[in-house]
Amino acid sequence: MALKIVKGSIDRMFDKNLQDLVRGIRNHKEDEAKYISTCIDEIKQELKQDNIAVKANAVCKLTYLQMLGYDVSWAAFNIVEVMSSSKFTYKRIGYLAASQCFHESTDVIMLTTNQIRKDLSSPNQYDTGVALTGLSCFVTPDLARDLANDIMTLMSHTKPYIRKKAVLIMYKVFLKYPESLRPAFPRLKEKLEDPDPGVQSAAVNVICELARRNPKNYLSLAPLFFKLMTSSTNNWVLIKIIKLFGALTPLEPRLGKKLIEPLTNLIHSTSAMSLLYECVNTVIAVLISLSSGMPNHSASIQLCVQKLRILIEDSDQNLKYLGLLAMSKILKTHPKSVQSHKDLILQCLDDKDESIRLRALDLLYGMVSKKNLMEIVKKLMLHVDKAEGTTYRDELLTKIIDICSQSNYQYITNFEWYISILVELTRLEGTRHGHLIASQMLDVAIRVRAIRVFAVAQMATLLDNAHLLTGNMQRMGICEVLYAAAWICGEFSEHLENPMQTLEAMLRPKVATLPGHIQAVYVQNAAKLFATVLKNQEGNTDSTAAQETSQLMIDRLPLFVQSANLEVQERASCILQLVKYIQKLQQKDVEVAEEVCALFAGELNPVAPKAQKKVPVPEGLDLDAWINEPPSESESEDEQPKAIFAKEEPKHSRPRHTEVDEKELARRREARKQEQANNPFYIKASPSSQKAYQEAPGVEHIPVVQIDLSVPLKVPGLPMSDQYVKLEEERRQKERADKKKKEKKKRKEKRSGRGRKHDSGPESEEDITPAHMVDIVTEEMPENALPSDDDDKDPNDPHKALDIDLDNLLEAAGRRPLADSEKLPVRAHRAAEAPKSPAEDGEAENAASQEPKKKSSKEKREKKKDKDRDRKKSKEEKKKKKHKHEEKGEDLLGGQADEPVVQSEETNEVAALPTSTSAEEAATVAEAAPVPEAASGTAPDSEPEEPKDTEMEETKSSKHKKKKQKKEKEEKEKKKKKKHHHHHHHSDGGGEESVQNGTVEEEEPLPPMSNYCLLAENSYIKMMMEDADEVYDIQGNLQDGSQVVVSVIFENKCDSFLKSMEFNVLDSLNSKLQRPEGSGPHDGLTVPFQLPPGVSNEARFVFTVQSIVMPQKLKGTLTFIVKNEDSSTHEKLDFKLHFTCTSYLITTPCYSDAFAKLLESGDLKCSSVRLEGVIMPFHHLLARICFHHHFSVVERIDSCASMYSRSIQGHHVCLLVKTSGQTVSIDAKCDEPTLLGNVLDEIKQTFSQC
Amino acid sequence: MIKAILIFNNHGKPRLSKFYEHYNEDTEQQIIRETFHLVSKRDENVCNFLEGGMLIGGSDYKLIYRHYATLYFVFCVDSSESELGILDLIQVKVFVETLDKCFENVCELDLIFHVDKVHNILAEMVMGGMVLETNMNEIITQVDAQNKMEKSEAGIAGAPARAVSAVKNMNLPEMPRNINIGDISIKVPNLPSFK
Repeated sequence: MALKIVKGSIDRMFDKNLQDLVRGIRNHKEDEAKYISTCIDEIKQELKQDNIAVKANAVCKLTYLQMLGYDVSWAAFNIVEVMSSSKFTYKRIGYLAASQCFHESTDVIMLTTNQIRKDLSSPNQYDTGVALTGLSCFVTPDLARDLANDIMTLMSHTKPYIRKKAVLIMYKVFLKYPESLRPAFPRLKEKLEDPDPGVQSAAVNVICELARRNPKNYLSLAPLFFKLMTSSTNNWVLIKIIKLFGALTPLEPRLGKKLIEPLTNLIHSTSAMSLLYECVNTVIAVLISLSSGMPNHSASIQLCVQKLRILIEDSDQNLKYLGLLAMSKILKTHPKSVQSHKDLILQCLDDKDESIRLRALDLLYGMVSKKNLMEIVKKLMLHVDKAEGTTYRDELLTKIIDICSQSNYQYITNFEWYISILVELTRLEGTRHGHLIASQMLDVAIRVRAIRVFAVAQMATLLDNAHLLTGNMQRMGICEVLYAAAWICGEFSEHLENPMQTLEAMLRPKVATLPGHIQAVYVQNAAKLFATVLKNQEGNTDSTAAQETSQLMIDRLPLFVQSANLEVQERASCILQLVKYIQKLQQKDVEVAEEVCALFAGELNPVAPKAQKKVPVPEGLDLDAWINEPPSESESEDEQPKAIFAKEEPKHSRPRHTEVDEKELARRREARKQEQANNPFYIKASPSSQKAYQEAPGVEHIPVVQIDLSVPLKVPGLPMSDQYVKLEEERRQKERADKKKKEKKKRKEKRSGRGRKHDSGPESEEDITPAHMVDIVTEEMPENALPSDDDDKDPNDPHKALDIDLDNLLEAAGRRPLADSEKLPVRAHRAAEAPKSPAEDGEAENAASQEPKKKSSKEKREKKKDKDRDRKKSKEEKKKKKHKHEEKGEDLLGGQADEPVVQSEETNEVAALPTSTSAEEAATVAEAAPVPEAASGTAPDSEPEEPKDTEMEETKSSKHKKKKQKKEKEEKEKKKKKKHHHHHHHSDGGGEESVQNGTVEEEEPLPPMSNYCLLAENSYIKMMMEDADEVYDIQGNLQDGSQVVVSVIFENKCDSFLKSMEFNVLDSLNSKLQRPEGSGPHDGLTVPFQLPPGVSNEARFVFTVQSIVMPQKLKGTLTFIVKNEDSSTHEKLDFKLHFTCTSYLITTPCYSDAFAKLLESGDLKCSSVRLEGVIMPFHHLLARICFHHHFSVVERIDSCASMYSRSIQGHHVCLLVKTSGQTVSIDAKCDEPTLLGNVLDEIKQTFSQC
Repeated sequence: MIKAILIFNNHGKPRLSKFYEHYNEDTEQQIIRETFHLVSKRDENVCNFLEGGMLIGGSDYKLIYRHYATLYFVFCVDSSESELGILDLIQVKVFVETLDKCFENVCELDLIFHVDKVHNILAEMVMGGMVLETNMNEIITQVDAQNKMEKSEAGIAGAPARAVSAVKNMNLPEMPRNINIGDISIKVPNLPSFK
């Protein structure tokens, strides 16, 4: 044996390790792929061996190969094997490999749940750390759900190293399992004030990430963050917090006002550029959020701008870049303060760094004015000429157009200049933005009436020189402008100087090489031109000219009739026939011009791009409703039609949107833009033209190749925009002079004694008058257009699911923070869950895993509630049958009838548990002891508590509160029991062995416990009471009163039907039964059910209690009618309700640090008690105290444990339980000595009973 | 959030790739290639931020990189990270310095042969795309503690393996620090089997 091991390790020495592999790859440069494939074969062999070291080595090599791009998913199972090694060395290798190549669709991931859980609770902090790190990379919705509770426990681990990792990973858990956010949030918030800076920073990190996506939910944390900001010295934390404030201020301007001062201080004081920059950024956000024009903040803005200027002037390119970036934010609200730095920004346009140039371009957008637009654009045009890289030049081009067209051409004073600029831009080679230029041309020509003459002339020249644009097929991008040119010339042909020449140009054979949609426009507009030409010529009484024109058309059009493009063909053949007919008429000397012109009569109005969208939906029209019932689909899908429809009805978008990726969306957007750009055409003639346009290959797909043209292209006869700049200047000067003259005149005329007026100085914006009186036609909108904002969020954003209201949770922190339905799933046996049954717990989780984004969490919560209701119902049903048929009852358990084998097994195990004997025996025991059985059916009571799971304490405690979830819990308990069972008999190491405090000992299962005690019994009925299992404060209603809820089980023991049960209690001064309003103080309460023979049911009664320091006894009576077949009799049963002090305690989790603080505070009175002769394991003892007296374990060290509970009126009760031999000593502290004494007495009594 | 951390050399050969979002291997390689192309054509003294990069992109994302001798360190981050903060994270305080301490004058070869160690160091610094620790000493303490544990686990059984690897690596320090090892792999004799 020993030899074998030695041999194994020697063999291993000569296996290739990672270094050898790397070296080998480097030595096989020529045939790397071949070498690696042999290595992979070797690795496969190594993975087959049993030796874990060999496997780990192989997995380590695979991780390296994965980085080189080799798919290693085939080894996923081996990776899991290595992960589960007990040695840290191998475990780390396994987790690293997993984190590199596992993802949500890796199916072996579900095998890892228990392993990870085990590692999380490992006594070795690095095992836990490695597991957390790995998990952060491959967490899936399933893992998140199953492990959320474990991770949450780790958030209060004693080691900061674990705490910080656990806190950080919670963000990933939230993303995958949004339901966990609310239950985990209070603790997360607590970690903001963790003593360890690392943990604190992690918590800040997580909350910042959360808040960034849904800031409004985190506004209430602002004071806390404010405190942190003023106290923290860690720049990382500060930066995060300041960034967070930047996201919060737009929602709460008051916060902004408070922030200004500390932020300004930081700006002045800090030496860290990163912090300074973020402060400036947030100050900007604050200033944006505050209503603009507040005079007292101009100082802050000045400070920011001034600091940014320093950044921009810095030689460090990074600072320059960031300065420009922040500047662009100021620009939106305070353009004036930025405009004064125009020089600096224009300088940046010349920077050699493209990133910086792009940023500067962004800034230019906001800096233009009527005065400087021409100048800036001129500068940009120079850059366009210089810029060789197509991306930057395209960026420039779009920017020029953006700048000029912004806010409805606000800054353009001379549209002739703008048209010239556009025409100049057409000279660009290989740009992708031809359509953008085209749309601008169309827009300007249509909307600015005054410019049409000029535009038409320009376009005619463009058409005439079309060969320059189309000379090379590679220039396709730019030929889009011909589309605009042809349309403008056709539509406004009355302005053409020489329509005949243009017509000729449009019918050149070369046109046939243009893309189809352009040809179609050519053909259509040739017809328009033809009409104009005819009109002119017929006026001349020279009929031959007109006939020649017709002949020209007839000669040229057949070329288009043969076009492969349907659109072109259709139009051409139509028009050809029309012209032929016209020619016939002309030969008969009929005047046709009027009629032909009538074909194209009518004015076009521009329509706003969103007009269609904004047409309101008429009342009573449901666009989503089916017109016809959809055909029924296959049966399997019929089963859950609801789910299918729910999926298909996303709120904001059509289903297809969810399927297309972003690229596709962008492409469609582009296509839509194009359509819109060419709107007039679409509206005018035939709707089918649009289709052809779409069908044409998108410009993006055309390969862009630089052509080498040393001679700059100059379209002859085109005016250069530059001359406009000069002209403009001259004009302005003249104007100024005129004005001065006028003013002088005026002054002369007036001769008032107002003294000398200052010279008009630099002209102000208003002084500049446009060269042309332009009338910019506004775009039409439909009547009653709906104002709609377009900020539809991406429905696929995973963060949408995290838009969860946390406010009420924060306000009531520690009290009753969470709804009953919200809690983290406790560990449950994986195997029992693997085949997910859709009916039971699968539902919510499926929804969570598959569709976490589409449904808002609110809906989900509602759904959950519904489910709970259903559960409750089925629970009652179940209870009725429980006593008759155990198995049947099990089947009802959530309708898991599809796995009967597992179920019945579970049943047996449940039954077997109390005695740990065989199933048959247990069954008899169960029959013999109906009381615990009944209890187990109604309350989470028979749960064998396992104190070794200190981490479970918390969940357990919450259980007491969560009646509604009983059903679910029961199931979990069963699973737990099952697991426990396995654990004993097979000790399969399913993640249960490790104990947090390091002792690995087999601990006996606990005997079942029940809080239900017999209340009263007679031959007809048995009443069992659970003392106050649900207790809560009622705030506001009663000043210091509290409510206690008592659950009573009524069991019919006779063969008759019991009905009209009335429950009544004689109120005492201190405790009163809550009766419905309107009933007297002595009226009974009707029990809301009847009892058939052999059936039991549970009713709950609410009592109001004033003082809780003393136990109470209340006398009561139950009256009911026993109904036989022939007779019915009145009966009554007296009982005494005993309210122990314990029943006023609520299990409240407490963390050791808080616990220590509490003890140190010195507000608590001390008392102690000794119990002799207690013969039960310590963990049983603890479990009993936890269970019967509503305590939770704070910390357990060997045979010593600290426990905590809180009364409904807020008294703290702390216990220190020590055991040695058969003696148990309990030291207790409480701020109410009477209460403490009574609680201790009750504890003593509990243990004396057993 | 940090979306990815890449280290590659001047020729675009990946030395470490850590994606905090899943991509398949081909896409990963494509991203590395594209990022390399974007980064490598930039001059030395331009800013360290880069927008665009179609694959890893979205307008919210930025590439933040630093170039050291033969290596590029690239972080792809979204707008919730401070640009200057990440730059600091790479150099001044944390990542490279830590590597330097852990490897004693780190050079490309260290990264080539010990990519697993680099991953382990990185894991103490960034977790699941979020910055975990920025204190270099803390990181080094944790990394050392884990390495110590690894050594103690190897124990005696690990000794021969260590010896062999020491023999194999004997020539490593003498190798040219920049690149090209040449043909120095030691052929381990095939020992006769004990069977």
